[in-house]
Amino acid sequence: MSVYKEQEYTKRFDISLWKKLYQFIKPYKKRLAVLGFFMLSLAGVDVIFPLMTKYAIDHFVVPQNTDGIVAFGVVYFVLILLQSLNIYFFIAIAGKIEMGISYDIRKKGFKHLQELSFNYYDKTPVGWIMTRMTSDSTRLGEFISWGLVDMVWGVSLMIGIVFVMLFMQWKLALITFTVVPVLVVISLYFQKKILKAYRKVRKINSQITGAFSEGITGAKTTKTLVREEENLLEFQEITTKMNRSSVRSAIFSALYLPVVLTLGSIGTGLVLWRGGSGVILGAISYGTLVAFISYTVQFFEPLRELSRVFAELQNAQASAERIFSMIDEKPDIQDTSEVVDEYGDITECKKENWPDIDGNIHFKDVSFGYKDGEYVLDDFNLEVQAGETIALVGETGSGKSTIVNLACRFYEPTKGEVLIDGVDYRKRSLLWLHSSLGYVLQTPHLFSGTIRDNIAYGRMDATKDEIIEAAKLVNAHVFISRLENGYDSEVGEGGSLLSTGEKQLISFARAILTDPKIFVLDEATSSVDTETEQKIQDAIHKVLEDRTSFIIAHRLSTIRSADRILVIQKGKITEMGTHHELIKLKGYYYRLYSNQFMEERESELLTA
Amino acid sequence: MKKLYYLWQFMKGNRALYIISIGAIGMATFLLFFWPMILRVTVDSIIGEKALEAQGWLKPIFTGAFNFFGGRSGLVGKLWICSILLIIITLIRGIFLYFKGKWSAIASESIAQRIRDKVYNHLQLLPYNYHVKSKTGDLIQRCTSDVETIRRFLAIQFVEVGRAFFMVGFALSFMIPMSVPMTLVSMALVPFIFGFAVIFFIKVKKAFQLSDESEGRMSTVLQENLSGVRVVRAFARQAHEMDKFDTRNCEYRDLTYRLIRLLAWYWSISDFLSLIQIAAVLILGTFWAANGVISLGTLLAFSTFVGMMLWPIRQMGRVLTDMGKTMVSVGRIHEILDEPTEEFHDDEKIAVKGKIEFKNVSFEYEPGKPVLKDVSFTVEPGQTVAILGSTGSGKTSLVHLLPRLYDYTSGSITIDGIELKDIDKHAIRKNVGIVLQEPFLFSRTLKENIGISRINSEDDEIFEAAQIASVHDVILDFQKGYETAVGERGVTLSGGQKQRVAMARTLLMNTPILIFDDSLSAVDIETDAAIRAQLNRRARKATTFIISHRLTTLSEADIILVLEHGKLVQIGSHEELVNQEGLYKRIWNIQNSLEEELETELEKNNVKIGINK
Repeated sequence: MSVYKEQEYTKRFDISLWKKLYQFIKPYKKRLAVLGFFMLSLAGVDVIFPLMTKYAIDHFVVPQNTDGIVAFGVVYFVLILLQSLNIYFFIAIAGKIEMGISYDIRKKGFKHLQELSFNYYDKTPVGWIMTRMTSDSTRLGEFISWGLVDMVWGVSLMIGIVFVMLFMQWKLALITFTVVPVLVVISLYFQKKILKAYRKVRKINSQITGAFSEGITGAKTTKTLVREEENLLEFQEITTKMNRSSVRSAIFSALYLPVVLTLGSIGTGLVLWRGGSGVILGAISYGTLVAFISYTVQFFEPLRELSRVFAELQNAQASAERIFSMIDEKPDIQDTSEVVDEYGDITECKKENWPDIDGNIHFKDVSFGYKDGEYVLDDFNLEVQAGETIALVGETGSGKSTIVNLACRFYEPTKGEVLIDGVDYRKRSLLWLHSSLGYVLQTPHLFSGTIRDNIAYGRMDATKDEIIEAAKLVNAHVFISRLENGYDSEVGEGGSLLSTGEKQLISFARAILTDPKIFVLDEATSSVDTETEQKIQDAIHKVLEDRTSFIIAHRLSTIRSADRILVIQKGKITEMGTHHELIKLKGYYYRLYSNQFMEERESELLTA
Repeated sequence: MKKLYYLWQFMKGNRALYIISIGAIGMATFLLFFWPMILRVTVDSIIGEKALEAQGWLKPIFTGAFNFFGGRSGLVGKLWICSILLIIITLIRGIFLYFKGKWSAIASESIAQRIRDKVYNHLQLLPYNYHVKSKTGDLIQRCTSDVETIRRFLAIQFVEVGRAFFMVGFALSFMIPMSVPMTLVSMALVPFIFGFAVIFFIKVKKAFQLSDESEGRMSTVLQENLSGVRVVRAFARQAHEMDKFDTRNCEYRDLTYRLIRLLAWYWSISDFLSLIQIAAVLILGTFWAANGVISLGTLLAFSTFVGMMLWPIRQMGRVLTDMGKTMVSVGRIHEILDEPTEEFHDDEKIAVKGKIEFKNVSFEYEPGKPVLKDVSFTVEPGQTVAILGSTGSGKTSLVHLLPRLYDYTSGSITIDGIELKDIDKHAIRKNVGIVLQEPFLFSRTLKENIGISRINSEDDEIFEAAQIASVHDVILDFQKGYETAVGERGVTLSGGQKQRVAMARTLLMNTPILIFDDSLSAVDIETDAAIRAQLNRRARKATTFIISHRLTTLSEADIILVLEHGKLVQIGSHEELVNQEGLYKRIWNIQNSLEEELETELEKNNVKIGINK
């Protein structure tokens, strides 16, 4: 658990991390250079504006002369135009880079996620991955583009101002600069504090979201336990904490501005005092004095932006670290390079080299554990003939699913080997095996899209007739035809617009369309109405014909029709045989069958 | 308008704080205008040699201060006095800004907290039926992001509106006395800049929405891919998934980029207008100053004013459009708060023995669709009642009436002779323990989950309750035992385990009436029997209602109720019902058919073996 809590990152600047990030920045090198150019130009014009004011004062106002004011106006207008263009281009280009980089990160991340093994998915919450792929990649894109914008603009504006001031009046400039170091230190200090406080607020905010979600989903239970008061008290504790830290965070921001403004005004005050005296003595022009005052005010903005960028650097690094922890994760199950050379990989498969599969599966001295040292299967042996139907029964956690997962190469044996048609499957490609696999899950998973899309998921080139045929075969055609848009009806997110039974029938049709050689059925226990139930049973029988199949079965009719039934207990086969043989044995299967018989009949009576 | 009133209601108790924080920003803005004025006086009348010029209401202040420091002759050698004034004014302004920030934060955060607490508690007190029907996702959305929208508006934007008004108001009152033509020039483009901002942010709403929606679609593809990873792999569809994601990823990138480009247009045009406004002041001001119509100091003051004013005005455009969003959120929150809650009289306490009598009880969720019809029966304290019936026969509705999760429509239910409707809901619920069909566990440790039902429960009591529910040993088998957190990665409780934890939780309440709403369905038959045996051994036996279709469970009950379409069709003990035609007998007969079935199986085998011989 602790691994997946949002970690606190305190590292200052991690060069090796940014070297790794370079791969994402590289394609945008040219654009970044152009962006840098616009930022320089922007800062340049920002520096020029006060000089224009200085010119106006020293050339028109003081000498009381308006010759050339039109030309002055034209130049000023051109500068405005230039500045407007600068603004348009820097926003547009930075936006392009921002979106481009986060797009690339997501693309790469997604590809990698398609290669990671189930082991990774077992230990990593989906929400965690989602956050890496969405907010972290966004934040990184944002930081690289807008961070650069602020940095180049801030630094060049500050340098520009410093140079112009030194050039105009180096003595006055040096006096003014005395406040700068203090400003820098204070800005850095506050921005860091502000960001930290803000992070804390966000953390508590997610607690509030959690509390709301629990309060709402658990409202019925709360009522029966009469716990409303205690719940409210607990909730108020969190909201009070939220209140306190939010105010604290706001106070930091509220304090920062006045402090910086006051410090800035000391700079302005110095200019007014020393500069004003200079004007009286005739050593400094009015225009210079005014320009200096403008610059002292202007100096503060880039300083604030820069310190914000530095504070955010930490956050961006944390995002980068988390993204790389995902991208750098090595898939546990991977084809060796020889296998890839021969049979291809997910982006380019060499189907012409794939041998046909008959469907003989042989577990040879297989041991396996999800965690080190804890074996779920130990020295397991099983030979399955092509076309045979194997039913696996046993309690939750007995190892039924593990056997199936190993047969499908979703996991690989820790010891021993699994042979398909006599060859260790590690010598063939993953895609080769999976392309011959039909898989129907306990909880059917559909993708957003139409029913047609979902059935054709396993074989995109299937014709309309083939799809309908598959649907007919599993008795799904009737209910699909009854829908308003037939096969083009949307199934909703995760299939939410269909009932569980309907989703199941569609997942059967999807499996059957690929004409798999090996079939796996993790049978659902959830109760559907008797009619649908009957349809599902029929579908199962049709699907299983002539295929090597593994069934994790609960329903008697499915179990009974299997060629072989295996009772799995603690990773071992304790009973094996046909239905008749096992009944005669009067062991575990006999008891299971009796209980199941009663339950099924009862529920038939009660749901009829 | 009504929504504005709601918002005003939410602000109760913090209104004063708001008013003073708006006052503070008013003061800060007021002071802000002083420093261009100080600059003006310094440039014109101290450095320059013009007589002090201060018009209108500012005159007494400036001439007073000017003369106090000894007029031009006194100040010309002590320019630092002007600097100090500048710094002091900024400092005082800073203090006002600080308090504005602090007060508006305190006010808005405590309003946000109040809304959160209020909504949370309101939701808890809404009737059971509301939660049966509600859409959880939508409710959570309202409680979190809508409250956040309101908070942000109150914390930042509400006060910003005040600032913009002050800004324009003070600017006019400072500028007009100095020079009317310059004031006109300074304000010339302001309405356009403001109007452009408002129109742009209304127009661009669509683009924002498109970008948000496309991000949503991208997340959906990602989410579906991750949760369906098994399907993707089993069908070897990785390449297809990558294409699908790429389409959405591109779409999101392009739509958001479009939005950014629109924003680029906005900022460049808005900046263009603002810069033109500034240039107009500078150039016309320079022209007039060169002709001696206005002083250099006046020109500087106007230039500074324009620069200060434009930003808050541009912000206003945004604030006004965001206000629409806030009002929508206020409306959505109020939809929840407008739902009537259940009523409680918390002081009431009752001691229940457990005699229950139903007399001609009818109940309907919707008028005209009765779920229970004319049900009558009597249960003595300590008796066990089993309820049998097919789906939709009204079993669950019947037991939901006892803790007053719903109220019966007609007839009478009495508990120890007292009419149920006259007993306070909290009081009766403290006496009726019910385990729901799909129990909800909280994301805390198992110990806390069980102990949650009684304040200050001892460990021993928790363990005992867990033992009765046959879940104690299961819990001890977990690596962290009772400290295991529900929902923690790697530990998933099976359906049956969840049911048993929920059962232990209810048992800990030690109520005289207990209800199990099919709450052992996922527990295997042996454990089920063990639990019931434990329950029977309890010292003070509760009046117990069990909904079940398991024969063993049913047959042990003192009274069996058989429901059909809301009617009580059979009532009696096992011995009585097994000899009557009806659902109970049919269920009982399954056992016989099992035996027959097994016998034929065995015989078939014998025959087969016989042939093999």
